[in-house]
Amino acid sequence: MSLLDVTDLTVGFDTEDGHVHAVKEISFSLEEGEILALCGESGCGKTVTAMAVPRLLPPHTTRLSGSIRLGGRELTTLPEPLMRQVRGSEVSVVFQEPMTSLNPSFTVGFQIAEVLRRHENLSRAAARGRAVELLELVGIPAPAQRIKEYPHQLSGGMRQRVMIAIAVACSPRVLIADEPTTALDVTIQAGVLDVFRDLRDRLGTAIILITHDLGVVADIADRAVVMYAGRAAEQAPVEELFARPRHPYTLGLMRALPAAAVAGPAGRRRLAEIPGMVPSPLTDPDGCAFHARCPRRQDDCLAARPPLVRHGPAHLAACFHPGHPGEQP
Amino acid sequence: MTWFILRRCGAAVMVLLLGSVLIFLGVRALPGDPAVVMAGEDASPALVAAIREEYGLDQPLPVQYVEYLRQTLSGNLGRSTQDQLPVTTILAERLPVTLELTALAMLVAITVGVLAGIVAAVRRGRLADYVATGFGLAGLSVPPFWLGLLAILLFSVTLRWLPASGYVPFTEDPVGNLQRMVLPTLVLGMGFAAVLMRQTRSAMLSALSADYIRTARSKGLPERAVVGVHALRNSLTTVVTVLGLQLGALISGAVVTEQIFVIPGFGKLTVDAVLTRNYPVIQAVVLVTVTAYVVINLLVDIAYAFLNPRIRLSGASHG
Repeated sequence: MSLLDVTDLTVGFDTEDGHVHAVKEISFSLEEGEILALCGESGCGKTVTAMAVPRLLPPHTTRLSGSIRLGGRELTTLPEPLMRQVRGSEVSVVFQEPMTSLNPSFTVGFQIAEVLRRHENLSRAAARGRAVELLELVGIPAPAQRIKEYPHQLSGGMRQRVMIAIAVACSPRVLIADEPTTALDVTIQAGVLDVFRDLRDRLGTAIILITHDLGVVADIADRAVVMYAGRAAEQAPVEELFARPRHPYTLGLMRALPAAAVAGPAGRRRLAEIPGMVPSPLTDPDGCAFHARCPRRQDDCLAARPPLVRHGPAHLAACFHPGHPGEQP
Repeated sequence: MTWFILRRCGAAVMVLLLGSVLIFLGVRALPGDPAVVMAGEDASPALVAAIREEYGLDQPLPVQYVEYLRQTLSGNLGRSTQDQLPVTTILAERLPVTLELTALAMLVAITVGVLAGIVAAVRRGRLADYVATGFGLAGLSVPPFWLGLLAILLFSVTLRWLPASGYVPFTEDPVGNLQRMVLPTLVLGMGFAAVLMRQTRSAMLSALSADYIRTARSKGLPERAVVGVHALRNSLTTVVTVLGLQLGALISGAVVTEQIFVIPGFGKLTVDAVLTRNYPVIQAVVLVTVTAYVVINLLVDIAYAFLNPRIRLSGASHG
């Protein structure tokens, strides 16, 4: 049994345009101290997948099936009051937008202390003391002054560190980080990723990292799930994934990395792109969702949906034509 | 913060001075000659001239203004041209009545309006929301004089629960005072509550969709803390603004309400003074209204700074 087991998770939303199939039959597990990346382009369902774990999706319009077990406990059917005890203490979240994710009307210290007082029953003074320690842990200088400040007085990178401090305040078993560096300058990104790595090493926190950036995946993750149109396209340890990508979508993403840019005419380097568009989430046709954009497509891709097939000890890919293991990205 | 408050107070004094000039000129621009009114219709020109001289009405306007300002600042608002009572005495008698009425109406409006607004926002699109917005629409559409008459018909005439009109000072008969205040307070407060409800609802809706609300939920906070602490705090600036802006409506609403329920307050005093061209009383009434407006807006600005750290701290960095 893993720390977190997600099995056949399917999430849909009732909207005015109809039922949106956001996530379909995703399964993955997370071990203690592991950093798992959920990657894919916008709208592939990676955020919905992750937000289903702490049940932060809108309750009235979300249709969810499958199983999410944290340390053996089923979260999908847990009564809401118990779920609130899980949120922020056992599973916590760092959101994408550091500029708007903190409440502008309260000091940084209050917002960190709040979660400690909620879950650890700390006194006001003790929570304040812990807040200073946490700010120090995430690398904020002069933490004793900073806790008295308001979010608007901090830079984006500092705010994201405060968000991380809030998320790790109660030593969660699972930390979900939704594009935590996307809104930040490149120079700040590396520092924030170091904070995550450091937390994993020091506290043993397991991290689900949501990102569209394969560079970030290569930098920090142990294992990755590549998602396309709400389904897992490929899943493998990161080194294996980069060395032997089997799904043409993974391959396309890797070719779109700036480091892989190919030399064009007049010495200009040009990024490779994947032609075509992501299919509409309002429909869920049979066949491979990627076939319209796939360079390897055959007739069988339309006839049936390719299942996830094992290609190595921990390597799964959903493609009828997985290519040769040695094919270089 | 101190600097911020001082600057605001300075600005308020300037507005009051400007207001006093406008009041002074405005009253003198009214048609009709107060000296003629005081002297009576058949008075001789000599009597009119004597009265004009006695009240300084024959002096040039700037001289009259300086004298007016000097007297006002020393607490002398002149004498009523109707009954020769000092205006300050009249105000001391009438003002508490209206203050009680508006304060009670405001209390009702804030309690009902803000609570209903929060409930409507939290239960958006469900029964409670429709009830609250329906009540809000009714509160805005029904004119207070009509609501007042209906309330008198139902509660005083038919059910005989409450007295229809009149006023007893609280110090003389607390129960009688409150009994007579129930209907006027509700009539005056309902429209105000409706405005507050709508503003609170929309402010809460926008606050509830903010990213920091998702953060608050991800911390495992109970909904009452998510709504009552994180969302409400960010909606309060809107509510406070509306409170300040609606004060004018509340004062004019008080005029109508006092007429219906025959309450000897400030509103009734205003109407009577205008009808009899009672210059000193009109000047005093408008001056008090302007002052109330300026003071309330000053309090709103200061409350803003307390509620919004971005305003408070930008003020501090300039000081």
